[in-house]
Amino acid sequence: MGDHGPAKGFGRWLFTTNHKDIGSMYLWFSFAMFLMGGVFALVIRAELFQPGLQLVEPEFFNQMTTMHGLVMVFGAVMPAFVGLANWLIPMMVGAPDMALPRMNNWSFWILPFAFTLLASTLFMEGGGPNFGWTFYAPLSTTYAPPSVTYFIFAVHIMGASSIMGSINIIATILNMRAPGMTLMKMPLFVWTWLITAYLLIAVMPVLAGCVTMMLMDIHFGTSFFSAAGGGDPVLFQHVFWFFGHPEVYIMILPAFGIASAIIPTFARKPLFGYASMVYATASIAFLSFIVWAHHMFTVGMPIAGELFFMYATMLIAVPTGVKVFNWVTTMFRGSMTFETPMLFAIAFVILFTIGGFSGLMLSIAPADFQYHDTYFVVAHFHYVLVPGAIFSIFAAVYYWLPKWCGNMYDERLGKAHFWLSFVGLNVTFFPMHFVGLAGMPRRIPDYALQFADFNQIASMGAFLFGFSQVFFLFIVIKTIRGGQKATDEVWDNPEGLEWTVASPAPYHTFTTPPAIK
Amino acid sequence: MSTDTNNVDGYEHYYVPEQSAFPILASIGLFALIFGLATFFNELQAEATGAGRYIAIAGFAMLSATLFAWFRQTVVENMAGMNSVQLKRSYVWGMGWFIFSEVMFFAAFFGALYYVRNLAGPWLGGEGEKGQYMELAKMWVASGYEYAWPPMTTPDEAVNGAKALVQGAGEGNSMYPRDAHNGLALWLPMWNTILLLSSSVTVHIAHNGLKDGNRAKFQGWLFATVVLAIAFLYLQYMEYHEAYVDLGLTLESGIYGTTFFMLTGFHGFHVFLGMTMLLIMLLRSLKGHFSHDDCFGFEAASWYWHFVDVVWVCLFFFVYII
Repeated sequence: MGDHGPAKGFGRWLFTTNHKDIGSMYLWFSFAMFLMGGVFALVIRAELFQPGLQLVEPEFFNQMTTMHGLVMVFGAVMPAFVGLANWLIPMMVGAPDMALPRMNNWSFWILPFAFTLLASTLFMEGGGPNFGWTFYAPLSTTYAPPSVTYFIFAVHIMGASSIMGSINIIATILNMRAPGMTLMKMPLFVWTWLITAYLLIAVMPVLAGCVTMMLMDIHFGTSFFSAAGGGDPVLFQHVFWFFGHPEVYIMILPAFGIASAIIPTFARKPLFGYASMVYATASIAFLSFIVWAHHMFTVGMPIAGELFFMYATMLIAVPTGVKVFNWVTTMFRGSMTFETPMLFAIAFVILFTIGGFSGLMLSIAPADFQYHDTYFVVAHFHYVLVPGAIFSIFAAVYYWLPKWCGNMYDERLGKAHFWLSFVGLNVTFFPMHFVGLAGMPRRIPDYALQFADFNQIASMGAFLFGFSQVFFLFIVIKTIRGGQKATDEVWDNPEGLEWTVASPAPYHTFTTPPAIK
Repeated sequence: MSTDTNNVDGYEHYYVPEQSAFPILASIGLFALIFGLATFFNELQAEATGAGRYIAIAGFAMLSATLFAWFRQTVVENMAGMNSVQLKRSYVWGMGWFIFSEVMFFAAFFGALYYVRNLAGPWLGGEGEKGQYMELAKMWVASGYEYAWPPMTTPDEAVNGAKALVQGAGEGNSMYPRDAHNGLALWLPMWNTILLLSSSVTVHIAHNGLKDGNRAKFQGWLFATVVLAIAFLYLQYMEYHEAYVDLGLTLESGIYGTTFFMLTGFHGFHVFLGMTMLLIMLLRSLKGHFSHDDCFGFEAASWYWHFVDVVWVCLFFFVYII
């Protein structure tokens, strides 16, 4: 088993059972989706550069906002984290591979088909999904274009892929750890993924139920979301957000794990408060199930509901605060150096905290009546997703890429990529707070004249951020093709089993389990 | 590839399978299936005929054939002694978490039932603060709409009468025992409960037979379980027939028909899946598969069967009785 390398030709990728191959495919797929979703975003920002309608029809604008959200959430962020999990979890727990290697490959190969189908809806009669990534009924049922049926089934198989991937990750973590790797010795990336996988298995089936209800309402005359038949469109929002809120933590918990790996390495101190990090992650996961209706404060819930969901949401700030405190305390009086992964990780801590605070503002039900459906919400969730999820993925790629391909990336270019992205994202998203508080609604292709200045700034930032990612692609390809050879440890005394194997990591690692100190 | 037996601790020689064409073939089959289904549904909507159904059938055939070959290979590998103790545990974890995902799928529909029955329904009927302020509810209440569970008329009917697009099945046409036309002894859900609960017992006795090494007992009781499952499905077919033909209760009869048929329908589909699994296990046993300490294929199917049974008990209370 440990003595043969990868197969030759394209068949290697089609038929592989190797966690490293599958991890690489996930990461490349995710990057392709990131560029596609990014192009959709740039269409949006180009249209919003000036008030009035310039470039695209409002119907097409709606398809762009919808597809941007769907592609980024399901195509870019989630597969990137699964790719990292594939590459890293077996190495981190001292396992030879994922627990169920063939199913692992199936989880991946469903995705290109699902997203081909989803993207092809843009060329169908009546256009693609145009109802927002949250696809609220009745926009997504009664008033949807016919392509919604393809969208529904695409979501179904994405969900199947996620569930199989998560089952694999849980089985790997619970069953494949090397002897002596107790749960509380696992790296935090493994812990956060264990909890993320649990969330995925709990909520992806609810999403499947949600789109199934849509399918039945559209094609078979049921009344789930139709008040005329005794159902309720608000039911859609409840079912969707019961999935949707844990989903946003699915997109951030692995990022917590990445930051918890990188910050100690470059602060040259062990992570502060390991156990509290684990418990905080578990608390956040638990709370994520009981806060969903804070997305729906303005639909007209009973006052008891508003209060419950408001206070439950505020509670999330406590475990999240524990985490931020621990990262800052890890850095406190450390021998800090600022290589590219560390820059991304520090920016993650600071900017994610900004996004967290605007989330706290939104959690206040009476205030939310003003913020709801404005650009303030857009600013909030882009601050948690771009410097949160996306920056952590960049950080992870720079941190582990030398282990994956055996070469160091160019530190100057990496830092340039960081600063371009950092400036680009803040220029894009910070002004959105202001226009949002001033009342600019989201998902509208036109706006009142007084919002023009901030929108122009945001659009320029968006193009800067977008083109910086092509630069990232260049850096990664350059690193894979050559460069200074990485040592096995790569960094200065990093923590974790993955640094005990050669760089690049052999095709099969830990065919017999390592000894855990 | 090492095929020798495992260390006692189960850590040596984890079996990482060779390259496999199953995943990509299954992906292609799955894609054809859903693409064909979506096309077919859109064709139905447009009252057109096209290739949708054929693409779906081809995809289903490809997916089923691939999964059959895939499962077959895992069985062959296990019987060739390639699976370590540790790998067998991975399969156990996998099945357990798969069942948990199924639980959450049903939770979505039970949650929807709870929401429309206890919250949205009363509001539509004008109850509470929400009902008072809801313009539509005022219109419906003014037209004589009263909310009660099971809602056998729709708000649409209250306003539009016979012209309503969504018509309820009418009073007395629910599936509750008080409306059962043929008396309680002929109330099918009660018999279905008895059938399914018994089948959980019979599958357990079969398991005991296997553990005792008594193959006749195993196969006999497993066969009985499959027969009970088929009887359940037949009774459910009769029940649906009664609903559609005698009572006029259909998927389109407003929210009551919606929740009733979606919950019981998905459950019935899972009964069919579970029955298929058990039937395959019976056929495997006839071919001499399974031993008293290596029978996870059967155990997984029986876990699934118990899960289907628990869902039914919930259905029986929340859909048929309360």
